[in-house]
Amino acid sequence: MRDRLIFAGQLGFTLLVAAFLVVPVVLSISAGVTVNYFRGIQSGVTLQWVVQVWNLYAGEIGLSFLIAFATLAVTLVVGVPAAYGLHVKGGRLSRVIEEIITLPLAIPGLAIALALLLTYGGFGGFRQSWLFILTGHVVFTMPFMVRSVMAVFASVDIKTLDEGAASLGASPWTRFCNVIVPNAMPGILAGSLMVVTLSLGEFNLTWMLHTPLTKTLPVGLADSYASMRLEVASAYTLIFFIMIVPLLVAMQMFAEKGEKK
Amino acid sequence: MSGIAGHGAAVHIENCGKTFPDGTQALAPASLDIVSGETLVLLGPSGCGKTTMLRIIAGLEKPDAGGRVLFDKTDMTAVPIEQRHVGMVFQSYALFPNMTVAENIGYGLKIRGVDKAARAARVAEMVALTNIGGLENRRIDQLSGGQRQRVALARAVAVRPRVLLLDEPLTALDASLRDRLRSELNSLLRSLGITAIYVTHDQAEAMELGDRIVVMRKGAIAQIGTPREIYFAPQNRFVAEFVGAANIVEGPVSDGRLTLPGGWLALDDAVDNAAAVAMIRPETIGVVAEADAFLRGTVESVAFIGDRERLVVTGAANKPLTVDAPNTINVRAGERVGLSVTPQAVRVLPKED
Ligand SMILES: Nc1ncnc2c1ncn2[C@@H]1O[C@H](COP(=O)(O)OP(=O)(O)OP(=O)(O)O)[C@@H](O)[C@H]1O
Ligand SMILES: [Mg+2]
Repeated sequence: MRDRLIFAGQLGFTLLVAAFLVVPVVLSISAGVTVNYFRGIQSGVTLQWVVQVWNLYAGEIGLSFLIAFATLAVTLVVGVPAAYGLHVKGGRLSRVIEEIITLPLAIPGLAIALALLLTYGGFGGFRQSWLFILTGHVVFTMPFMVRSVMAVFASVDIKTLDEGAASLGASPWTRFCNVIVPNAMPGILAGSLMVVTLSLGEFNLTWMLHTPLTKTLPVGLADSYASMRLEVASAYTLIFFIMIVPLLVAMQMFAEKGEKK
Repeated sequence: MSGIAGHGAAVHIENCGKTFPDGTQALAPASLDIVSGETLVLLGPSGCGKTTMLRIIAGLEKPDAGGRVLFDKTDMTAVPIEQRHVGMVFQSYALFPNMTVAENIGYGLKIRGVDKAARAARVAEMVALTNIGGLENRRIDQLSGGQRQRVALARAVAVRPRVLLLDEPLTALDASLRDRLRSELNSLLRSLGITAIYVTHDQAEAMELGDRIVVMRKGAIAQIGTPREIYFAPQNRFVAEFVGAANIVEGPVSDGRLTLPGGWLALDDAVDNAAAVAMIRPETIGVVAEADAFLRGTVESVAFIGDRERLVVTGAANKPLTVDAPNTINVRAGERVGLSVTPQAVRVLPKED
């Protein structure tokens, strides 16, 4: 009896907390399909705002995903070998480099953006292309990739595995592919998940770096919120959700499968 | 290629020392020759540089300037490990968790471009040789410690290496399994006829497996010799005490006799008349009637340890002597006994410090 009371209490509290977090999301999403938010849902349900947002911001949405996956590609290609190098080399220099890579975590996105603008703002072509935002995102997300891969390296004694493969005749590149990457997979997947999520949702830095022609989803959202009806901004949120939730679920499942294997 | 028999390279190590970047001198420049097909054991206490020496031979560590490693007279010093064609068994085994047992064993062959059928045949051969039938499709985390050890050995041997390098391969196992695997390993190394370098800090392992033993101390070679030479004719006190049990006695020498508090010992080795240090193995001391011996003492304790009786005798030498007597002996603590020691059993050691 007492156990059941405790359980009921815990369940109630959990549901309350969940509701506290979920209700705003539901409200916001429902606003996106309401004809007139101020008159409430009785005013009718419509997809006109969603369509309007899609027509206006399809470019931003596409660019967001392009940047997210380009960021992922760069952090994978650079971050995984970097983590490997740092782990195998060890020593003080490696630790210093690791700290430098991690630094962007502690620096506000605005400061990073400012630094990038000061340094590369003069290169017109680069400044105006989406690659400029990509650079910001790579700087910002790299520590997440490097850190999560290095955490796995530390737990599976990757150095000895590497030496084992070398003793069997494998060249550095072969053993990187056959031994290092497969055994670092849980870390690589976890890192990828973070990189994609962070890149898709990143606002501070992107807002500073964007041009009217290079806007991402969150920047577009701020834009529509500032200049249009609340329903439009809400429809925007809805689209954001529809796009990102299946992606995250898919990546999460992929990561779990990789871990179990 | 015929059967499991392989050949081994002769390994020549010349002036190989190792100083790590942090200034630790792990190995003083040392030279060593390993005959083709021989099993050489590197024996010594923890931190004496055994692994460092092995890693230099493997190519995982570069010797300090001036050092050279040769396989069959070819200079390998600058050749990276993946081209040295060695087989290596690590203390932690370093098996690949992302591959099955069979894939682990076949990995070196796959790297060498051996086709699938030949690879499978060789893997099967290795599986039979190391007694791990039925485990081929297991993942590494589904194996016991002893099974991992066998897989690691099979993987290293599968590529028919020129030199097989083993770094304390049995240390991670419990005592009874260690004993069993040790004798299995011994017959395997003999039947393969491969050049093997085996690192251990366990003297029993060294004795059983080694054709020759290199005893190391603090980054230097203390003695090289066959197990018998190391055991019966240690060249210094460190070797005498590290390998097996040893009684160290000290006293003045005159006319070929070493004088001790409880009498004297006849010496075989010619020594000057200065004070000498000598070693006597406990099992070479015979217990006789007091009147029949030139060295006498009092039995302090008797311990029955199964295959023999271990006595501690005081008053004979400066320190209590350990004596291993047959388990049929009938003595009691407090009894006076005579000790008979042949001159051959007394090994005079060079004086140190
Ligand atoms: N990478 C390194 N950097 C600095 N010092 C090292 C390094 N590797 C080993 N050493 C030092 O060199 C010495 C010899 O080490 P080594 O690993 O060869 O000893 P070992 O005889 O194999 O000992 P054990 O039986 O404990 O394995 C030790 O003092 C060790 O601390
Ligand atoms: Mg060692």
